[in-house]
Amino acid sequence: MKLLKIIPDNTNIPFLKWRNVAIWFSFALIAASIALVAIRGLNFGVDFAGGLMMEVRFEQPVELDELRETVNTAGAGDGNLQTFGDPRTVAIRLPLPPGDDAAVQAVVKQVQDKIRVTHKDAEFRRVETVSGKVSGELIRDGALAMLLAMIAISIYIWFRFEWQFGVGALFALVHDVTLTLGFFALTQLEFDLNIVAAILTIIGYSLNDTIVVYDRIRENLRKYRKMDMAELLNLSINETLSRTIVTSVSMMIALGTLVVLGGSVLFGFSVAMLLGIFVGTFSSIFVGAPLLLWLGVTSDSFVANEASAEDRVKAKKAAERGQV
Amino acid sequence: MLDFPPWKIWAIALTVLAAAIFAAPNFLSEEQAAGLPSAVPSKQLNLGLDLRGGSHILLEADPADVKKARLEVLEEVVRQGLREANGGAIPYMDLSVANGAVSFSVRNPADVDRAVETMRGLSQPVGQLSAQRDIEVNLADSTRVSVRPSAAGITAETDRAMSQAVEVIRRRIDELGTREPTIIRQGETRIVVQVPGLQDPEQLKSLLGKTAKLEFKLVDTDADAAEAAQGRAPPGSQVVPNADGGVLVVKRRALITGDQLVDSQPTFQDGMPVVSFRFDGVGGKRFAKATQDNVGKPFAIILDGQVISAPRINEPILGGSGIISGNFTTESANQLAILLRSGKLPVELKVIEERTVGPDLGADSIRAGAIASVLATLFVAIFMLMTYGRFGLYSVAALLLNALLIFAVMTGIGATLTLPGIAGFVLTIGAAVDANVLINERIREELRRGKPLVPAIETGYKEASRAIFDANVTNVIAAVIMFWFGSGPIKGFAVVLTIGIITSVFTAVTVTRLMVSLWLRAKRPQTVVL
Repeated sequence: MKLLKIIPDNTNIPFLKWRNVAIWFSFALIAASIALVAIRGLNFGVDFAGGLMMEVRFEQPVELDELRETVNTAGAGDGNLQTFGDPRTVAIRLPLPPGDDAAVQAVVKQVQDKIRVTHKDAEFRRVETVSGKVSGELIRDGALAMLLAMIAISIYIWFRFEWQFGVGALFALVHDVTLTLGFFALTQLEFDLNIVAAILTIIGYSLNDTIVVYDRIRENLRKYRKMDMAELLNLSINETLSRTIVTSVSMMIALGTLVVLGGSVLFGFSVAMLLGIFVGTFSSIFVGAPLLLWLGVTSDSFVANEASAEDRVKAKKAAERGQV
Repeated sequence: MLDFPPWKIWAIALTVLAAAIFAAPNFLSEEQAAGLPSAVPSKQLNLGLDLRGGSHILLEADPADVKKARLEVLEEVVRQGLREANGGAIPYMDLSVANGAVSFSVRNPADVDRAVETMRGLSQPVGQLSAQRDIEVNLADSTRVSVRPSAAGITAETDRAMSQAVEVIRRRIDELGTREPTIIRQGETRIVVQVPGLQDPEQLKSLLGKTAKLEFKLVDTDADAAEAAQGRAPPGSQVVPNADGGVLVVKRRALITGDQLVDSQPTFQDGMPVVSFRFDGVGGKRFAKATQDNVGKPFAIILDGQVISAPRINEPILGGSGIISGNFTTESANQLAILLRSGKLPVELKVIEERTVGPDLGADSIRAGAIASVLATLFVAIFMLMTYGRFGLYSVAALLLNALLIFAVMTGIGATLTLPGIAGFVLTIGAAVDANVLINERIREELRRGKPLVPAIETGYKEASRAIFDANVTNVIAAVIMFWFGSGPIKGFAVVLTIGIITSVFTAVTVTRLMVSLWLRAKRPQTVVL
């Protein structure tokens, strides 16, 4: 039986040689993402923008422009229309009318009536209204959750490894999250609560990769005390390369299935995750490890910490004797 | 490392068996599951509203509203207190509500101390243990007394009002005959209402949004119509809008309010839908006296600050029951009856978030989610078999067991599966193999370095465990933060993710190791294709 090997045995790809190019490439992508988010903005769904959203399913694919005009004649403000998952399903977003709930119900009813005039087959599958107050809270909680997750995880890594690893992991996370946000600004896919969940998961799993590489670096730092740092990092990345790729591929298989078959509601979520896994794999190889080099990780950082007190006393005495 | 004492093997086998028993009802139809003997678990997984269709509504009370209502009550209490003060009624003037306090001037300076004492006597302790009172009494100047609800009093009042509001809402929803509504308080001023499988959420929402404050007030027939149109009313009267346009001037003091209603039903009078109502004993007597004193005068029936109708009192109504007519449809008469029956909300509630999913979309989502889950598992399984052969087979077995365990745990603890939860499930499938990938890759590496099979496997499990542990802890950190801060969809996702992380470590590390160990013991192989 011949087994599949995506990555051949004993690779020795000089990843670290490209570290300058890779890190500048990363910086450029991060800058571009920030610029995209600043200029184009994120296409906030009702969760974050507040307002009214209706998901309508038609028997036949509909002309968005024509439907938009129909919606706008309802007198409920300008509608924002997008197909949702497939061409027969349309998401209509409207500003929330002033006044109480009765006003909202009136708007929903007007729009439904207008659409039913031209499209008898319209099926209103989902209605969501979120007031400005709630959407403000959701934005705040979502942003807070992302920040806290990144910080908490970095602190954990700092405790388990060394501060350089914590900083490296944090940077890799910022890299992954920023790029995902940039992607959403670029494609203008709807950004809602599900996407925040996706990003939080990316934060978790992007770390998987980084941790596995870091764990191997730690192991090799103890094993090969004299090895050149760049060489050691490169060795660690190569040794874990097969695992990194196999896991990423299996995640992408699962997520790819969700993208294609998961239905309209999960589409944005699955796309965000898929991208996040891809970016996360890249960052743990090209960003996380080289950063350690710049942050000055040495084999001493671990050995000194983990030697028992007795050993340290002995070592000290030996050093003193040597000096005398 | 590869030694499993018999008790461990039994423990693992029992865990798997228990999981199978708990997960099993999910593969039956609802009726079949309900028909199971009581000795076996028959609980099925809760499906979120996004999967079975339904409405999620978030209501919020304005704390200022509570304060206002509290002041209105306090005004009445203060009047009564002055009237019934120890040592005779205290004459006062300029009783008014302003700046969050009720204040009045004592006519006779000699009465000031007595007035302050009387007002202090009206206060109630807040809570059982604290020394705080619900009102603060102060002298604004030598004769003016101000009575202010304390902050602690307002908080306690808000709390009481919200608990009461939950009860009123429950009664209203029960009237609709919907099954399994969830009504819970969230924070200090919010209430979440979740009603599954509702065809017409509009009806529900119009029931929730109404305060249903019913008042009977005399019409002020002396008021000037032109002045009233300008919104001005004589002292002691007020302008109230009519339900079908126009305004009416009524006396401020209510003859009686809906608080004493015991029943209300929709019915017909002369073929028109009307609403009947009946007062309790005390209310009935008050109603009888009020109608007796005012025969021949018109009075207004006011609901939430709108006049529904203003009939003339033709004769005293002694039986304690009556009829409200107005421009009702059968539906609106029924709705009003429900509102009056279930009592008025102590505070006004506003809908600040609503999510309604039609049952068709829910069904589509389940189907899409189920197909995606099964195929994702299948594809990942094929990939693992192709990559790791025999060891891949163990990983796949662990993967399937993991899926079963997630189902069992979620069913057992009564967690709710939502659409993001399904995404979490699929993701867990993809990620659960990570532990196996780590282990298998490490074994490969050790074999390549020339280690014999058994030590290579041992080293593989041992060395990989560290990274598996760290990686999973970070994921749990992310999941816990999601659960903590997340609302709705994020929470559902976090629950599945957390359960999946725990079960996947058990299946991917412990269970596969057992399988490898059993294989080694049975076959004593010297090499393996990896």
